Amino acid sequence: MESVIAHVIDIRGLSLAFERDGRRTEVLRGLDLAIPRGAFVAIVGASGVGKSTLLRVLIGLAKASAGKVAVSTTSAARQPVALVFQDSRLLPWRRVVDNVSFGLEGSGVSRADRRARALEALGIVGLADLANRWPHQLSGGQRQRVALARALAVEPEVLLMDEPFSALDAISRESLQDEVTRIWQVTGKTILFVTHDIEEATYLADRVVVLAGAPGRAVADHAIDAPRPRRRGDAAGAEIVADVRRHLGGARGPAH
Amino acid sequence: MALTETTTLPASSGISRARLGALGSIGLGAAGLLTFLLIWEAVPALGLVNPMMLPGPTDIPAAFRSEFASGMWFGAVLGSLSHYMLGLVLGAALGIALGVVTGMSRVAEDLTAWVVRVLRPIPGLAWAPFAIIWFGVTPTAAVFIITISVFWIVFFAAHGAVRAVDRDLLEVAEAFGFRRAHEKLLKIYLPAAMPGILVGLRTALGQAWMAVVAAEIFGVPGLGHRMIEASALLATDIVVVYMLTMAALYGMLDSLFLVTQNWLLRWKA
Repeated sequence: MESVIAHVIDIRGLSLAFERDGRRTEVLRGLDLAIPRGAFVAIVGASGVGKSTLLRVLIGLAKASAGKVAVSTTSAARQPVALVFQDSRLLPWRRVVDNVSFGLEGSGVSRADRRARALEALGIVGLADLANRWPHQLSGGQRQRVALARALAVEPEVLLMDEPFSALDAISRESLQDEVTRIWQVTGKTILFVTHDIEEATYLADRVVVLAGAPGRAVADHAIDAPRPRRRGDAAGAEIVADVRRHLGGARGPAH
Repeated sequence: MALTETTTLPASSGISRARLGALGSIGLGAAGLLTFLLIWEAVPALGLVNPMMLPGPTDIPAAFRSEFASGMWFGAVLGSLSHYMLGLVLGAALGIALGVVTGMSRVAEDLTAWVVRVLRPIPGLAWAPFAIIWFGVTPTAAVFIITISVFWIVFFAAHGAVRAVDRDLLEVAEAFGFRRAHEKLLKIYLPAAMPGILVGLRTALGQAWMAVVAAEIFGVPGLGHRMIEASALLATDIVVVYMLTMAALYGMLDSLFLVTQNWLLRWKA
């Protein structure tokens, strides 16, 4: 069964190390991860375990030292993956709509089409009426929605999200979590969501992969089959939270 | 009636007090200027200084009218402005180009570091001998001197601003597939460095104006040259006309620049 499903992301034996001041630091070692098309996968782990590094390899901001990373793509999109950073990283000199159309530039899409697609993406995150604002006029939650729209606008196969809501207040965070769930259900995109928040991972994802150790490797892989719409802190979720937490603790013990 | 009066009184008195504050500072400024003009008028009028050496402000309008009527004033302004603009554009363009390249590339920075260290301390005006040897006493010589003065200021501003560009924003460009140098230049470096470059340009605006006058004092036709001609004839009233003309032109250019700068940086908080 499993082999029939096309994997949109296939990571085999990924290792990554960098050298700084003559000291070699291994961030990831021998990571295997296959993600089927349309899945919502959360990656949890303590800070410094290489969660963000994994996303940086997938988007091409970091180079693997060893192993293979394949992103298969069916569409003609220039970018099969798009990343939402932890901090929104909007370009302050561009209006909201021009921030969202950023990734479409230079891809042969006309100016008018870029704008139309940016407005469409802004509509998906519910900010179409703020299209002409400057980034500094937005709240933290709105900025992160714009960053999400910017990633959606390039119509990627895979949406990578790097602790995207960790800097937000609780209310904005919860509303954006529901927003991402809705967007995932509507667009059918594959989402790889990195977070250090286990509750967030189990609330959002189909599957929670736990990274632990130094260098980081996958120590647990949980399917979450709680029906949607989910309720925060429901019993099934809490059980998995406890289990993931045990995996995290268990993996951390012998590593140090 | 009485009720509305009591409710509106604090607000309206607050506004009028703020207005009075603004009016007050305008009034004080005007009073200061008037005092300055009165002292200026009194010094030659009371014979404290020979009026030949220092004409009073009331002599200036007549001097201006005669300069204007002869067409000398307009010609001098046009001459100076053309040297100024040409030198400013050339110096700014070269300064931005080299500043951006050395800011983006470590190799370019290291390559130019020692040349910069040698050439930078040389004031623009110290190039006057070579300007005259190479170009003669011509507008080209003036433009050359102005270009050099502007270049260094803009070069350092652009270099520093580009070096300070947020790496996180460069990552955004890379994450969206813009990895080539010219893409990063246009999409991130230039707009991100714009505030710093504009600060340098504004400084250069003033520096270039000084260089114009200095270059023209060597004999290139323009405001500075006309001023020296007048002083040779002891036509001090005409010298003052040109001094005030310089102040007025610079004030206008600087205001124009500020308006443009505010528009360009309207995205800033």
